[in-house]
Amino acid sequence: MEKRTDKNGYTIIFAVIMVVVVGSLLAFTASSLKPNIVENERIEKQQNILYALGINGNEGKGDITFVSTDEVAELFKTKVSEQLVLESKDGKIVKSMTRQEFMDANNGKEPYLIDVKKQQANVKAGKSRLLPLFVGKSEKGETYYVAPIRGKGLWDAIWGYVALDKNMIVRGAFFDHAAETPGLGANIKQRYFMDDFYGEHLLTEAGVFKGIKVAKGNADPKNNDKTDYEVDALAGATITGDGVSAMIKADLKLYLPYFQNLKKAN
Amino acid sequence: MGLLSKKDAKLITDPLADNNPITIQVLGICSALAITAELKASLVMAIAVLFVMGVGNVVISLIRNLIPSKIRIIVQLIVVASLVIIVDQVLKAYAYELSKTLSVFVGLIITNCIIMGRFEAFALGNGPWRAFLDGIGNALGYGVILIIVGFFRELLGSGTLFGIPVLGDAIEKTGVYSSGYENNGFMLMPPMALIIVGLLIWVQRSRNKNLIED
Repeated sequence: MEKRTDKNGYTIIFAVIMVVVVGSLLAFTASSLKPNIVENERIEKQQNILYALGINGNEGKGDITFVSTDEVAELFKTKVSEQLVLESKDGKIVKSMTRQEFMDANNGKEPYLIDVKKQQANVKAGKSRLLPLFVGKSEKGETYYVAPIRGKGLWDAIWGYVALDKNMIVRGAFFDHAAETPGLGANIKQRYFMDDFYGEHLLTEAGVFKGIKVAKGNADPKNNDKTDYEVDALAGATITGDGVSAMIKADLKLYLPYFQNLKKAN
Repeated sequence: MGLLSKKDAKLITDPLADNNPITIQVLGICSALAITAELKASLVMAIAVLFVMGVGNVVISLIRNLIPSKIRIIVQLIVVASLVIIVDQVLKAYAYELSKTLSVFVGLIITNCIIMGRFEAFALGNGPWRAFLDGIGNALGYGVILIIVGFFRELLGSGTLFGIPVLGDAIEKTGVYSSGYENNGFMLMPPMALIIVGLLIWVQRSRNKNLIED
């Protein structure tokens, strides 16, 4: 005799009930936890920007410690003096907005919450792209400009924040990833990789944008040469490294006109 | 008499050695290759799988008489996927840092064949308590191999353990590096995980002749 659970009718009913139960359970969990998750992501963005500015809780040689979640809002307010939003089209900056102007036009949305992924998609759709730029003073009192960048690693998205000085020399870098391989590509989030970018030049003497290449077989593993436009790659993480080179090249280049104007104004 | 009967205790100890999911059943190899380049990732993965297998096996065992056999694989997949997603969401809300470390593993846990294999082979035919023990046992057996492989790969590949340099500084040439020793970058590549697992299988079978198949 056929078992009760083998009947088609039972199978269909079971499947329907299961989908409804599991679906509502997941939907309930997701929606009830959403406010917390959004808040955590907001804090993380502020911590990342401050980290690139050199404001962090690092003590030892290899640690990556952000400012604590209690202090982050206050520090972000005081250390980041200006949040600019540049509107870029075809490689030119067509408009520059202050934080207040941007917030007035966007229902009070803070510029640091601009979704870089969406802005990159805008370019593909032929629209202009908004480039947030965070101006702040480092611990040493120098003015740095932090720009968000985003690209593709091996498995998923990679992104980061790069602090530049007025000559587009890297003064701080923070990289993160969604799902790079632990021990290989995931090491772009390690100090020894991120710190290699410090002091690297993005521009040639003549002011042409070169970018920074994550290069294999680099003859300069201690990274003493800061004008070779290269940093030492990670073993076993070629595609992630290429992704880092590509996002630096593509996204930071868009800021070039801003820095050229800055130079002219001085 | 211990806490567990002899038969129950065997459910935990068997997968640790003579019926190890990786070296004997050769399940879950994909994740063993992917994440064992460092010890910390191996440990995190072992704990995550321990949790998912323990709970998943119990859930499947509890509903085993209700599951229609025609769609049982789909049901198993849904149980494991929703478990992992719920855990991931809760961590994102309350332990954000930890969730970032774990996010890489979420996909790998869902597709881990050990989990599906134990659901199919054990939880569907046994009560919740025995299913729980079986889940824990297999997850431990899996975790042990992961940690052994992770230990050798991180030590020989990067010269570190849990990210802490134990052999000296490779760039400054201190410690063992001063005598001309170099890290073997090849250890960080997935093929070396396969070779280490192969060596483990060889060692295990040479010590226990019963395991050798004709």
